Amino acid sequence: MQKRLLVKGNEAVAMGAIEAGCRYYFGYPITPQSDIPEYISREFPNVGGVFIQAESEIASINMLLGASACGARAMTSSSSPGISLKQEGISYMAGSELPGLIVNICRSGPGLGGIDASQADYFQAVKGGGHGGYHIIVLAPDSVQEMYDLTMLAFDLSDRYRVPAMLLGDSVIGQMKEALTPHPYISPGDLPAKDWAVSGKDGRPQRVVKSLFLGDGELEEHNWKLHRKYQELKDKEVRYEASDLDDAQLVVTAFGSTARIAKTAIRMAREEGLKVGLLRPISLFPFPEKAFLETTSKVKRVLCVELNTGQMVEDVRLSVARDADVFFYGRPPGAGSLPTPEELLAQIRKHYKD
Amino acid sequence: MSTEMKQVFSHPDSLKDVQTHFCPGCQHGTTHRLVADAMDAFGVQDRTIGVASVGCSVFLYGYFDIDVVEAPHGRAPAVATGVKRVHQDKIVFTYQGDGDLAAIGTSEIIHAANRGEGMTVIFVNNTTYGMTGGQMAPTTLPSQKTSTSPYGRNVSTDGYPIRMAELLSNLEGVTYSARVAVNSPKNILQAARVVKKAFEVQVKGQGFSFVEVLSACPTNWGMNPLKANARVESEMIPYFPLGTFKDSTAA
Repeated sequence: MQKRLLVKGNEAVAMGAIEAGCRYYFGYPITPQSDIPEYISREFPNVGGVFIQAESEIASINMLLGASACGARAMTSSSSPGISLKQEGISYMAGSELPGLIVNICRSGPGLGGIDASQADYFQAVKGGGHGGYHIIVLAPDSVQEMYDLTMLAFDLSDRYRVPAMLLGDSVIGQMKEALTPHPYISPGDLPAKDWAVSGKDGRPQRVVKSLFLGDGELEEHNWKLHRKYQELKDKEVRYEASDLDDAQLVVTAFGSTARIAKTAIRMAREEGLKVGLLRPISLFPFPEKAFLETTSKVKRVLCVELNTGQMVEDVRLSVARDADVFFYGRPPGAGSLPTPEELLAQIRKHYKD
Repeated sequence: MSTEMKQVFSHPDSLKDVQTHFCPGCQHGTTHRLVADAMDAFGVQDRTIGVASVGCSVFLYGYFDIDVVEAPHGRAPAVATGVKRVHQDKIVFTYQGDGDLAAIGTSEIIHAANRGEGMTVIFVNNTTYGMTGGQMAPTTLPSQKTSTSPYGRNVSTDGYPIRMAELLSNLEGVTYSARVAVNSPKNILQAARVVKKAFEVQVKGQGFSFVEVLSACPTNWGMNPLKANARVESEMIPYFPLGTFKDSTAA
């Protein structure tokens, strides 16, 4: 029988990172993600890892940039206000085509906000949170198991495409404990060699990791190159969960912790005889555009639920068939704003039509 | 009697044979040469990684024939920390201007120094933001006119020029901290010795080394190169004294 452990979501991220071969962590304390640096600072000495508690979020992301430029598998983690500070470095990493994992265990905002679960960082995560027009890979786990699994996947995707990756959780997914079945990391085997990483010339031609392109036409071409990678991600790396769609009259869509509540509400609706299905984006960038288009070629009513006042719903509306109706139910994050299954069931009943 | 000729001067291996973009009279070129000579002296060109900062020195990958990572403005010591922690056996240096290191990047330099990261920092102080057109820097001298201190730096509202070499010398993590100038043959020879010493500290694994280089910026000072050189002597050195402020390697 496989070993099952009862662990926190944040610990699952740390365990998955160590299992995936990450040996460089740079971070700064912030609630509700401090379990990650605490776990890593405790475990890294056993595996020869380098843990630095940096002087700031800005320094952490730049240490990650430096380690990644050397070809090392490296990460940082933080929560919403800290991620804002990291955006400069994320933009530089995107421009320099550097891989690396950034974990955002979201808390509520804007400003200092609070420490409650939030999905209000969706825009910041998927639309390129810093300057200059870029995207990063964004994966949204909805369980402790996925915190573990998607951490590994994020490293692989990031290395394959040389695009920074973000794991977008929140304080519910990060702080809750549930069963985790740890499994060994299996490298895809076909990850490209990091033949761009700096290491000292050692007889070969000079290597430069940079995002400055001043020559006539250079920066435009560089941006087209990045754009083609984002298109390739959309073609090849979309991930989502779909269930109960075959006979559905209404599809509920939500990501992360909200999707868990939605799943309960869908089960309750099914018990009432309502034909309701689920489409849960796991990769928020690349967004499952085709899945929404295909689903809404049959199911014409979509209910999007978020812990914010409406962010992912914009991508849902852009993706669905023209004759599909998209409804939104959201609550801004804050203490006591997490919707109950009954609350979502009421929304399902409201928008359901046989 | 031998007629064999001995070569006593040559182009450094670590420096590419290209023209720089630097303005006439700018001393980045001289400072680049001193850094290249230090790398050559220890034979570390092939295992050195430079970290470029933002400012006139951002193009150093075009001049040094070594691996280079370009850092965001002020963040070079944090980037270099990541690099050095991965490549502990390699030589890692940053090359930063005064706006980069002493204003937007004060946090990164102080904490990298305080951790005693085994890197070398070359800090070029020319009392102005060169690349952006001569604005007031944290090192701009009292009463000095710049494009954003058109009536002269007013220390009661703008604060005082920061003496970084002295400031860092107070940190336990710093092994070596010194200030040099490159405005005269004598000072250049001394600067060469100090830059070499700073790299030696790293080559020997002795910790964090820091060299502040007083440098002329004739273009933004509105002077010809000779007058700019004279200003380094008459105005900068009195405020920013040359010398070694810390050397933990001394017997």
